[in-house]
Amino acid sequence: MADLTDGRGAVKRRIGTRLWLAGGWLTLLLLAAVFAPLVAPQDPLAQDLFLTRLPPFWEKGAEAGYWLGTDSLGRDVLSRVIYGARLALVVALVAGSITCIIGSALGLMAGFLRGWVDLVISRLIDIWMAFPPVLFSILLIAVIGPGLHSIILAIVIIDWTRFARVVRAEAMAQGAMDYVASAQVAGRGRIGTMLREILPNVLPTIVVLLTLEMGIAVIVEAILSFVNLSISTDDPTWGGMIAEGRASVYQAWWVLVFPLITLFLTVLAFSQLGEGLKDRFDPVLR
Amino acid sequence: MFWQKLIARIGTTAVTLIGVAVIVFVVIRVVPGNPVAMMLPPGATEADVARLTALYGLDKSIPAQFLIWVQGVLHGDFGTSITTRQPVLDLVLGRLPATLELSIMALVMAVAIGGTAALTGTRLRGTKAEGAIDVANGMALSVPDFLWGLALILLFGVLMPVFHISGRVTPSLELPFTTGFYLFESLFRLRFDLWADIVSHMLMPALALAIPLAAIIGQLLKQSLKETMHLDYVTLSRTKGYGENHVITREALPNAILPTLTLVGVQFTFLIGGTVIVERLFSYEGLGNMAIDAVINRDLPLIQGIVILFAVIFTAVNLVVDLLYTVLNPRLRHG
Amino acid sequence: MSFLSVKNLTLRLRDNRAPLLRDVSLEVSAGEVHGLVGESGAGKSMIGKAVLGILPRAVEIAGGEIWLDGVDLLALPPAARRKRVGGLAALIPQDPLTALNPSRRIGPQITDRLVDILGWKRAEAEARALDLLGEVQINDPARVMRQYPHELSGGMRQRILIASAFAAEPKLIVADEPTTALDVTVQKQILRLIAGMQARHGTALLFVTHDLGVVSKVCQSLSVLYAGRILEQSTVRDFFAAPSHPYSAALLGATPKYTDPEGSLTPVPEAIIARLRAEIAAYDEAHHG
Ligand SMILES: Nc1ncnc2c1ncn2[C@@H]1O[C@H](COP(=O)(O)OP(=O)(O)OP(=O)(O)O)[C@@H](O)[C@H]1O
Ligand SMILES: [Mg+2]
Repeated sequence: MADLTDGRGAVKRRIGTRLWLAGGWLTLLLLAAVFAPLVAPQDPLAQDLFLTRLPPFWEKGAEAGYWLGTDSLGRDVLSRVIYGARLALVVALVAGSITCIIGSALGLMAGFLRGWVDLVISRLIDIWMAFPPVLFSILLIAVIGPGLHSIILAIVIIDWTRFARVVRAEAMAQGAMDYVASAQVAGRGRIGTMLREILPNVLPTIVVLLTLEMGIAVIVEAILSFVNLSISTDDPTWGGMIAEGRASVYQAWWVLVFPLITLFLTVLAFSQLGEGLKDRFDPVLR
Repeated sequence: MFWQKLIARIGTTAVTLIGVAVIVFVVIRVVPGNPVAMMLPPGATEADVARLTALYGLDKSIPAQFLIWVQGVLHGDFGTSITTRQPVLDLVLGRLPATLELSIMALVMAVAIGGTAALTGTRLRGTKAEGAIDVANGMALSVPDFLWGLALILLFGVLMPVFHISGRVTPSLELPFTTGFYLFESLFRLRFDLWADIVSHMLMPALALAIPLAAIIGQLLKQSLKETMHLDYVTLSRTKGYGENHVITREALPNAILPTLTLVGVQFTFLIGGTVIVERLFSYEGLGNMAIDAVINRDLPLIQGIVILFAVIFTAVNLVVDLLYTVLNPRLRHG
Repeated sequence: MSFLSVKNLTLRLRDNRAPLLRDVSLEVSAGEVHGLVGESGAGKSMIGKAVLGILPRAVEIAGGEIWLDGVDLLALPPAARRKRVGGLAALIPQDPLTALNPSRRIGPQITDRLVDILGWKRAEAEARALDLLGEVQINDPARVMRQYPHELSGGMRQRILIASAFAAEPKLIVADEPTTALDVTVQKQILRLIAGMQARHGTALLFVTHDLGVVSKVCQSLSVLYAGRILEQSTVRDFFAAPSHPYSAALLGATPKYTDPEGSLTPVPEAIIARLRAEIAAYDEAHHG
């Protein structure tokens, strides 16, 4: 018993630092995105054919002002990473939230109202689960055409099942509990019960899923830009930079490395935030 | 009872597959612009376009096109690729082995890595090493295959170039193969030189796909192992004189595996879905890479064929996992 | 020399060093049945677990010796110790529903120790298992050997566990409340079965129970435990004639007649409990420094 509690304390502490680190990184990223014009040392779109493939500042041949080097068109990597955060975060927040609302609503209805609503939604989930998601998103973008709105739409269309599946299961579990029955006995309607009794109880789960979804949205955006289907090719996106970096990885590794590290940290931060919140909410672990 | 369940399962599977077909069909026919126009050389006449459009059946209404397509499928005809003008079925089946080999290799790696992590973590429970395994698992779990792929390209393709990071086999090699299963056939023909080359190409993409799944397996299996280790039959087996390793692998593991197994089924379909982007990343000539090309080229019949094939694979995997679960669980088998 | 001899055994929790067993000594000779009685949490099971080497991770041995057949187990390296215990001793667990591995057939669960640890031939081990299953009155043993635990009733499973415990002809069996998880109707049969097997095989038995009535029927000697301390040790005959410790006397008064298990319990008087607590506190004071 006792060494268990001990270990649990250690886990808790670790979660605490992880939450702080994750939150810190995301805040930093958010600030950089909002104040990009002030923070970025260069114009992210400015090409300079005399300054192509400059290495980062600590290497020989680096140029002042281009801290993380330049790409094959002479564009500043650091500035493009900073501006890329704008698109990434917009996609994360907007696509994540819309997906969350739609998916959770469908899951809640399926799990609590049951009957034919559940039947239809469950079948839809089954069908969605039979699609390879990356291919589906690429297909959607190809159909709706590139652009910010398309990315968001594609993410919503693909990922609503992530919420629907979990929320449906939770709502079903909650619906079977006594307090729901007593609420209905007390004269509350079905929709009322759903919104007043069930929703608050599944809300923690939804918040955790939302955090995770934001990380996923960032990745989807990167994948789409990597396949060159995101937004116009000039605009700085992490995925676009990665695609270019992948192509010239032997000549200029930094074009791949810096956006990749940024993406890594961002995805990790979102998921650690989610895990941290999960442990906070989970009464068993608390 | 069993048969009833099986028939019900096949029923829902059919509904799912039809649903997938309808959705792809509708989605890709909303494509603005006529794909046929793109494939004709500049200077083609209106009449040429019309003729080709009619040839691919693109002038009919969507429901009519769907019916024609379904009729074809029932006769084993998935249409003709617009870009290559070859039968879709041939193209897709030609690429399928590459993707299957990659997925299976990734699955094997994931089970090996995740299983080892879970067993080691259980063996070392209560120590710092267990904590380290947990942290590594958490990291591996949060980062998707796409990013692992890029990281591996950097590490083992550029920094320490020990593996190939592009393609499926070195192009200059003569291939004696009659099937698409290079990995298996090279073994079968005892061509270990070819086998080594193929493995060296597959290792990195397979690892990228395997890492997140390995983490899931590691986490879940370790948790259920730890729960199982407290049970009376495990303690009883200790009194018989068995050591920790035997107790973990022979008594706890068989019971701890079941909850992991169901999850691995779903996760394996995610892994297969992940081949799309990972194949792209490593220029690996599989279905996924072909799918992205098909989308970029608006090759409607090909897209459709590939998506359906993926859906068939996914549902088949789920079916197999369900059956496996029944076979492995004595309570269900006899109940 | 007794077959099992526990000397000044002290167990405590690993982290806060709270003692669970305080200086416990007991002797069990070959073929003797020794009862361990005491209220819940007194540490009865801990003694059995310490002997068999299956203490929970949170518990550590702070001192003492456990001699089994002339060897101090605590002085052996872990692997040698496991092997020795596995060859000489066995456990009849409390809950037959959880003590059989659900994913393994019955047969191998009985024969595994014989084959893997003691090096028997598989055929010999199976013949032995069949014999024993017959001895514990299982119909159609050959079929049962191929079955899975969930296909059998609780009573049958406990019979199987008994057969399994006796399989290697151990010299000592620890039976930790072997009937509490069973139906009242089955309890008596199982008890009679254990007593009969013990007598036939001449096995020493460390019998953990709450029930003094059972002790009077099955055991030759007993130890009374309270809070990890042994209050009284004597033969069953002397104990039931005249218990020497007031706590035992109170317990004896509180024990319902074996024929009337539902009979009312009179609790141990407050004064005795208070005195015991004070004694324990004084002991801890003296031993913690
Ligand atoms: N796994 C464990 N970790 C820590 N302490 C434990 C553990 N198991 C038991 N204990 C403690 O050890 C003490 C003795 O427990 P033990 O199981 O020996 O009691 P018992 O006499 O067998 O009681 P019962 O009749 O209820 O089985 C109790 O105070 C209990 O709280
Ligand atoms: Mg006990």
